[in-house]
Amino acid sequence: MDDIQKKLQTKSKATFQDYFGKGICYLCIGLIILLVTCILYFIASKGLATFTKDHVRVLDFLTKSNWNPGATDASGHPEVGALPMIVTSFSVTLLAALIATPFALGVAIFMAEFSSKRGSKILQPVIELLVGIPSVVYGFIGLTVVVPFIRNIFGGTGFGILSGTLVLFVMILPTITSLSVDSLKSVPLYYRQASLALGATRWQTIYKVILRAAVPGILTAIIFGMARAFGEALAVQMVIGNAALMPKNLISPASTLTSKLTTDIGNTVMGTLPNNALWSLALILLLMSLALNMLVKFIGKRGRF
Amino acid sequence: MKKKTIISLVLGFAALMLVLTGCANNSSKSATSSKSSSSEASGKITVVGSTALQPLVEKGAANFQKKNSKVNITVQGGGSGTGLSQVQDKSVTIGNSDIFAEEKQGIDSKKLVDHKVAVVGMAPVVNKDANVKNLTMDQVKQIFTGKITNWKEVGGKDETITVVNRAKGSGTRATFEAAVLKGSEAVKSQEQDSNGTVQKIVESTPGAVSYLAFSYINDKIQPISIDNVKPTDDNVESDKWKIWSYEHMYTNGKPDSATTKFLDYMNSKDVQDSLVKDMGYISIHNMKVQKDSKGTVSSK
Repeated sequence: MDDIQKKLQTKSKATFQDYFGKGICYLCIGLIILLVTCILYFIASKGLATFTKDHVRVLDFLTKSNWNPGATDASGHPEVGALPMIVTSFSVTLLAALIATPFALGVAIFMAEFSSKRGSKILQPVIELLVGIPSVVYGFIGLTVVVPFIRNIFGGTGFGILSGTLVLFVMILPTITSLSVDSLKSVPLYYRQASLALGATRWQTIYKVILRAAVPGILTAIIFGMARAFGEALAVQMVIGNAALMPKNLISPASTLTSKLTTDIGNTVMGTLPNNALWSLALILLLMSLALNMLVKFIGKRGRF
Repeated sequence: MKKKTIISLVLGFAALMLVLTGCANNSSKSATSSKSSSSEASGKITVVGSTALQPLVEKGAANFQKKNSKVNITVQGGGSGTGLSQVQDKSVTIGNSDIFAEEKQGIDSKKLVDHKVAVVGMAPVVNKDANVKNLTMDQVKQIFTGKITNWKEVGGKDETITVVNRAKGSGTRATFEAAVLKGSEAVKSQEQDSNGTVQKIVESTPGAVSYLAFSYINDKIQPISIDNVKPTDDNVESDKWKIWSYEHMYTNGKPDSATTKFLDYMNSKDVQDSLVKDMGYISIHNMKVQKDSKGTVSSK
């Protein structure tokens, strides 16, 4: 009797293993949460110092186009207008996504619907290889191939939004492609069967049924691509020219948020306004990637089939 | 499903990187501890800062460690601003800088001790296509402030001038602007963050103009003489050529014995007469003049 009671009341080895496993999980989760909070806090505190400590007006920061953190303007306010960088960042991102999407969709449809098993077996690694190429290599190719190419065709120096867009286009193409393939493949087979049974041709099926069913997934793919383009620093920095000027056209030198950060951070001193202003740019980047992530979540929630 | 595999792959890779870097750190630490067990100069010296000075310090540190195996020296780049602010915070032993600490906003120069280890001359460089070899100081100033915009105005080809600047706050730019612009605001134009990139861009962009340290000038780009003075080491030593600066190694307060030994080594005849020259810098011993932080030049 006692023996059984004891056996039932004491915790078995398996229970302790259970606790142990749970403990490890919680520890890891806790660490990650701590890490994220630390990063958020660090960037936010540094980035907000521009406004709280150096008394730059947020509106000025977002809408003025004169970037010269070391100097002050006629009325004594520091010249930290980040608009040129914000505009350029958005332009290269949107343009790159705009160019990359049709190509990516074309390849994705081919891979999901047309190609034989062997065909996708070759294409898949090719696309994954593109993801793995380090961005400095893309930047170097951009600097030695794309920039002179643009210069020869359009004149100017070749540095600018157009070169940045072309480099980013190649960089985000594989991201959008592989995610689109996944979403096209996850459209249930009976959609296809039903469509074909109704007498639709293959193209009609793809265009009217599969693509539409896969829209949320494809949108997610595009947004992931844009997030990558928005955050890319090195490759863009090498081809965009890094001039904190409002871009006049696609081939005049400009500067993105990220390229400004990479060129200037080493030359500023922690705690001074020029350094804080760069942290504010980092804060904008962080908020943007947060916004893009939320958008992905939102789309994902809406489009389940 | 695929997405999940990608994510788990990424996570796995991240974990792997963490482990690998962790290992690398451990091994370097154990290396230091095993080395620092003898009587002569020992310790760990961290040097951070100016990328222009980095190659010289790296070579110097490597040679120094051959003779003093108990000293472990780590040399990193990061830029003059990083070097100065980190040595001020005492996060590193030595902060490399292309400019005087007094010139940098946010640095309390009183705490820092200056050790000048070399001199760097800089010259305006243009793309060969522009067909310009000599300019007056005033013309150079007007080009970089955006008043002269075509090479034909200074006797060159009919070609638009493309100004390529270094990043704001970079030591090379600060030196160039102090010597040439003398307080005027530079024209806003493209900025590059390293000598190497500037060299490549000037070489390949017709009409481009920028400035480079002597060691980066090659025969594919055209260095500019100013007022018929050629950018040579001899002219820098006598201050006939005005655009030059010291390379500084700053310590916070008095350095410890190992650091002092290393700084002395960098300043020794051994390094100054061979390594410094081989790497395109000018020896501090050869200078016939000296410059203070306000840019005033006096004879030595």
